[in-house]
Amino acid sequence: MQRPAMEQAGSAAGTQPVRPRGGHWGAMIFIGPFLLYVAVFLLLPTLRLFSQAFSGDHGLTLQYVEALGQPQTVKAFINSIVLSAVSAAVGLIVGGLVAYFLLRPQAPRGLRSLVTSFSAVAANFAGVPLAFAFIATLGSLGMVTLWLKNLGIDLYGTGFSLYSMSGLIVVYAYFQVPLMIIVIIPAIEGLRREWREASESLGAGSWTYWRHVGLPILLPSLLSAYLLLFGNAFSAYATPYALTSGIISLVPIEISNVLSGNVMLAPQTGAALALGMIVVMVGVMLLYALAARRAGRWSGK
Amino acid sequence: MSARRMHPTGVIVLLLAGLYFAVPLVATGVFSLWEGGSRYGFNAYVSLVHKSEMWDSLWLSLRLALETIALSLVVLVPAVFWMHLRAPRMKPLFDFISVLPFVVPPIVLVAGLTALFHGPDWFVGTANYLVVPYVILALPYTYRALDVGMRALDLRTLTEASHSLGAGWGAFLLRVLVPNLASALAGAALLTIAIVMGEFTFANVLLFNTFAVYINYIGQTSATEAAALTLLSFLITWLAMLGVLLSGRGKGQAQLGGAH
Repeated sequence: MQRPAMEQAGSAAGTQPVRPRGGHWGAMIFIGPFLLYVAVFLLLPTLRLFSQAFSGDHGLTLQYVEALGQPQTVKAFINSIVLSAVSAAVGLIVGGLVAYFLLRPQAPRGLRSLVTSFSAVAANFAGVPLAFAFIATLGSLGMVTLWLKNLGIDLYGTGFSLYSMSGLIVVYAYFQVPLMIIVIIPAIEGLRREWREASESLGAGSWTYWRHVGLPILLPSLLSAYLLLFGNAFSAYATPYALTSGIISLVPIEISNVLSGNVMLAPQTGAALALGMIVVMVGVMLLYALAARRAGRWSGK
Repeated sequence: MSARRMHPTGVIVLLLAGLYFAVPLVATGVFSLWEGGSRYGFNAYVSLVHKSEMWDSLWLSLRLALETIALSLVVLVPAVFWMHLRAPRMKPLFDFISVLPFVVPPIVLVAGLTALFHGPDWFVGTANYLVVPYVILALPYTYRALDVGMRALDLRTLTEASHSLGAGWGAFLLRVLVPNLASALAGAALLTIAIVMGEFTFANVLLFNTFAVYINYIGQTSATEAAALTLLSFLITWLAMLGVLLSGRGKGQAQLGGAH
């Protein structure tokens, strides 16, 4: 028979080592510049912050890292974390609901592509212009503030201010909700119709289906989306800078104050703050990787 | 039972969300036309058009975006190509590197860069220096676009065919690989434009007058002009994203901007 012989030949050809054209030189020329670039302009600067945060005038010191315990710094971290956590929760809930209703078979045709393409724009609508859009809308002389005043509603009289934590959350929602919609749509689409039909044929109503089937399957995807949104808000700098000009103490703002010499703090303090940010982000990304791996279980990838 | 009608809760949720996203754009538009009192007109736009600083900052950001695209592609295309063709075992390392810019926020990276590099002046003293962090900022998107683009190609056959026809590596990269990657490269380039045109952190800390820094500056003196520039900025983002979606491989690419 010819077949086994052919298979043998085929497998032999398949396992033959690739011709070493270029070999290691090729790898260095092709991949080397990329790895070098990342090492010099991403890893080394980050490592420099580590060494700076731990070094004083007389060698190693923990003084600057310990200074992270000061009330002012703790306040900045708490503000940043609360703002990120709440704005991510708003994004998760609103974005999740919009995506869910959008994917219902009853939703009008065309609406879906409209929403997803607008979400792609809004999720990328960056810092400063976004801040000014909201100042023009909800600032103390913003259009909506004035329109409401004409209707007899004094928005700022109710205690709301665009330049406060609640104001920041309203603004952050403008990029968090679209991001959530983009991220969660594939997961919701991954819910198979058969699962719903099976649970309905067993007598489950809509609530029971979501309680015992839908949400448990979506949970890892929702968790990873939440962490992504959290990280997105935690590293935001331009929006709060342009909006509040530093009235609210957030970690990125504090770092930039040190960098621009606006406060009389040693550069090591800035490095220690940056280190604290990296620690939070590493934690978020590790949890994200774990959640994303579990979320992949149902997509068959 | 009318099966095709949406649940009222759904209608309300979608309407409210639509309102929340439309109102700031409409309000910014109306605000940009405001000329004090109850007068409305195009004063803010007219005065902007005559400001050379506005054009300077706009061209600077655009130039930096093009430089970022060029440098990103020069560094990334050969690396991702070689990884796919000869070193697939390095894929986890590449994937890991591509998420690092999320772990190190821009404000942290700029702190590290200023702590590490103090010169030479021809390097850190001109706005071109911004391209260095911009390449890192765009890395997650450019890498993903190239990775997806190359996965769809039969690189082995392409390289062997072009080599057997006498093409060297340079000719292969420029005349075979790049044309085959056209839509992936277009997507990566447009996302980079959207990111760089709105980038504020690096430029503000390093004191270069880019478009976003200029918008922030003009906002201190003229709120209506800032509103006009905000609309222009939204338009630029919108055009870039439209291009990404039209370039075909937009799915999954147009995920997140990095410049909030």
